[in-house]
Parts: sequence; C-alpha cells; structure tokens
Amino acid sequence: MREMRTAAVTAMLALLLVACTSGDWRTKDISGMMPELAFNLTNENGQSVTAEDYRGKVTLLFFGYTFCPDVCPVTLARLSRILGKLDEDARRDVQVLFVSVDPRRDTPERLRAYTSAFGKDFIGLTGTQDQLKALNKRYRVTYGYGEPDENGNYVVSHSGAVFVFNRAGEARLLVRDSDPVEAVLADLRRIIESG
Amino acid sequence: MASFPEILGALAPYEWQPLVTLVVGGALVLFLRGLAAGTRPGGWRVAAFLLGLALMYAVTQTRYDYYAQYVFFIHRLQHLVLHHVAAVLIALANPLPVLAAGMPAGLRERVIRPLWRARPVQWVYRTLQFPPVAALLFVGLIYFWLIPSIHFDAMLSRDLYALMNWSMAIDGILFWWLALDPRAPGPGHYSVGFGKRCLMLAAVAFPQIVLGAYIVFADSDIYQIYDVCGRPWPISASTDQTIGGALTWIPSAMMSVLGVVIVLAFWHRHERGAEGRRARTAPASAAST
Repeated sequence: MREMRTAAVTAMLALLLVACTSGDWRTKDISGMMPELAFNLTNENGQSVTAEDYRGKVTLLFFGYTFCPDVCPVTLARLSRILGKLDEDARRDVQVLFVSVDPRRDTPERLRAYTSAFGKDFIGLTGTQDQLKALNKRYRVTYGYGEPDENGNYVVSHSGAVFVFNRAGEARLLVRDSDPVEAVLADLRRIIESG
Repeated sequence: MASFPEILGALAPYEWQPLVTLVVGGALVLFLRGLAAGTRPGGWRVAAFLLGLALMYAVTQTRYDYYAQYVFFIHRLQHLVLHHVAAVLIALANPLPVLAAGMPAGLRERVIRPLWRARPVQWVYRTLQFPPVAALLFVGLIYFWLIPSIHFDAMLSRDLYALMNWSMAIDGILFWWLALDPRAPGPGHYSVGFGKRCLMLAAVAFPQIVLGAYIVFADSDIYQIYDVCGRPWPISASTDQTIGGALTWIPSAMMSVLGVVIVLAFWHRHERGAEGRRARTAPASAAST
C-alpha cells in the first residue's frame, strides 16, 4: 500500500512535468493517449468498411446524428469553413468521417444527403449498436437516447469533440468547439505537413 | 424485470483492471484465511470489511464504472465511496490483525514484517500519517483531480483514470485509518491523540464544503470533458454539475461529523478504561504509603 502511494505520487509529478513541457500544440494533444483508428462500420452506400479503407489521409472523426438540432451542424459547418482555408493540395489530404450513432433513423441514403451538404470530403458512416459502442469505447466517449416525444422524435446525446488522426491512423489531436479557428488551422497544417 | 444476461452484463466490468481484481481478491482471501486461522474480530467488523471491499469493487469494476466515466455526479458518488464511505468501513473494521493472520507465516515473518519495520517504510508512513500532511493530502487529492484541465485528462486517459481512482482509495483508507484507529498513542505502534484527530476531521470538512459550494453555484460549465465525451443519456450539463457539487459538499462534510462522533466514543471508552486502571491500582498504592 505505502509503496503504491509513493509510486502514485511520483507518477503524478512525472505526468505534470510531461504536461508542462509538451504543450506546443494549440488544440489538445492526445498522442499516445488514444489508440490508432480502427473500426468496422457501414458507409453511405450500405457497404461494410474498416478503418483501413480510409488510411493515407489526415482524418477528422466526429460522432453525431443527422436529426441533431445544434452541435452537429454547427461543428460540421465550422470544419467545412476551416478546411476551405487550406490550399488545394492540403485539402486533398484531409477527410472528415461523420459517424452517426443513431442508425435507426440515419440510413445510408440519408447520411449521404446530409454529409454532401458540407463538402465532398465529408463521409457519413454508421453501424450496428455493437460496432458503434466498440468505436465509442475505443476513444473513451459514449452516446445515449432520450425519451421519444409524441411524434417519435428523440434527442441523442453524443461526443462533442473532433478526433484528429494522421495519415497512418495514429491519434493526434482532440478539437473542441471552444478552440479558435486559427488554432485548429495551424495544428491541422502541421499534421498535414508532417505526413 | 431485468433478464439474466442483462444482470450479468451489469456486473461485468466496463473496463477490466486486473490489478483491482488482484488486490480486492487477495484482500478477501487473506481476510477469510485469517478468520479460518482463528481470529475473532466480531460480526460487525467482518461485515464492515466485506461491505467496504464490495463497495470499492462495485464502483470500479461493474457497469457502474461506465456511468462514472461519463456522468459527473456519478463520478462524484464513485469518489465519495472510494475516498469516504468504503474507506471508513474498511478502517473501522480494523482488519490488519485478521489480514496478518491470514498470511502464510513465512511470508509474514520473513518479508512483510521486516519490510514494514524497515526505517524508510516507517519514515514514509509516519510522514504521510502526520495529521497536517494527512489532512492536506486528503483534501489536496480531491482538489487536484477536480482542477478542470487535470480532470479533463483523467477522464480521457485510461491510465490516468485508473491512477486517480487508486489514489482516492488508498488515501481514503490511510486517512480514515489514522482518524479511526481505536488505539490511543502508545509504545510499539503509531497513532495520534484523539483531540488532534477531531481537529483534523474538522479541518478537512471546510475545504470540501467550499469546493462543493463553488461547483453547485458556478454559472458556467466547469467540466467540459463531459461534453467532449458524450453522455449515456441526455442529462443537461448544469443539472449534472449541480448534483455533483452537492455530493462533493454535503455527504463528505457529514462524514467528518460522523468521524468526530466515532473518535469521541473511542476517546470516552479509553478514558473510562484509564480510570478503571487507576481505580484498580489506587488502593494498592494507598496501602503502601
């Protein structure tokens, strides 16, 4: 017990030190904190896909649902604006994976119509509850459903952050709504340039 | 009614941590072996130890842990159990003699006892258990893990999350063992005077009240991590934060009151015991003069 206690204190101090020295990213650095991108899902054409199919580009991963009244359209529109500020070459190296955690309502067709409104690099994905739970748990996030109203509409609670992966699929950054556009842009450019 | 697979699913850990299973399982085996070896700690002490152990296991290694990772107030309840309630139960059970009796004699006499008596170990233990240090650690850990940026990382990183919960459980047991040790200070063991313990318990109550009230009355969303990670059901951030703050504030402070009551009872019993000893020795000394 006592040894564990001292070990814990030492580890805590070490973590603090690390936190203080590696802060040159302007959004949240999650390198080493999260595993590489991996999933089994269904794409907008109803085909089964894995993360391997999306390697080779810098990937932004975001969870949501198309009936989302606020967070999802706002976040996706903001991403669309940010990607629009990248030059042509850099843009070709980036894709956005929008994973719907509401597969009951979000059919592949509906997802395709929804994501195409934000740009051609926005790709809709969804899956079975097991597949979605596995992917959420992998990135330590979750989702859940509210009670349906008289019309059968319900609210879905889901992660509000964007996970950024490099071309090799390694987790790099977590981008929040509160991060300024320039900060996101600067960090994205850095990841695109570093390959 | 929940079906059998649902119940099994709820009892299974959300994220299995072998170290928790090992330590809780090991403590349980040692305790049962200690009972089998003939120690008689009394029914309520056995119950307190087993309940404390079961609570610690339940809040970290069942479906409960899933909700604790994504809902702030359920996380606060988890820490209330680890750092206060279960730790108090384990400390009150005074399980060390039973656990020691449950150990294989060779291991106990050749490894654990010499290690425990080693000077650096005693030095570390007595430093951590020096009341001002113990009080500072107890409150400091609560504050530390609730610093928004630290809390953010702890909820995002699996390792840091585990470290956070271990630190709360271990510090909880150390602190409450110091506060609720039934023995008065004496030769051959380390314990602290009853009056000092009451002061220590009062001292840790106020910072917890201040922190809890700060969270309850905060206008803004202090812990963004729960937005980032999503919620298991659509509970509003402000409701979650208010309940979580109240749990940090009220039950934790009540535990200090309860602690003081128990310490006063120990103190009273000790004084009565001392009077009894004086009464028994007084006639003899009177006769000799």
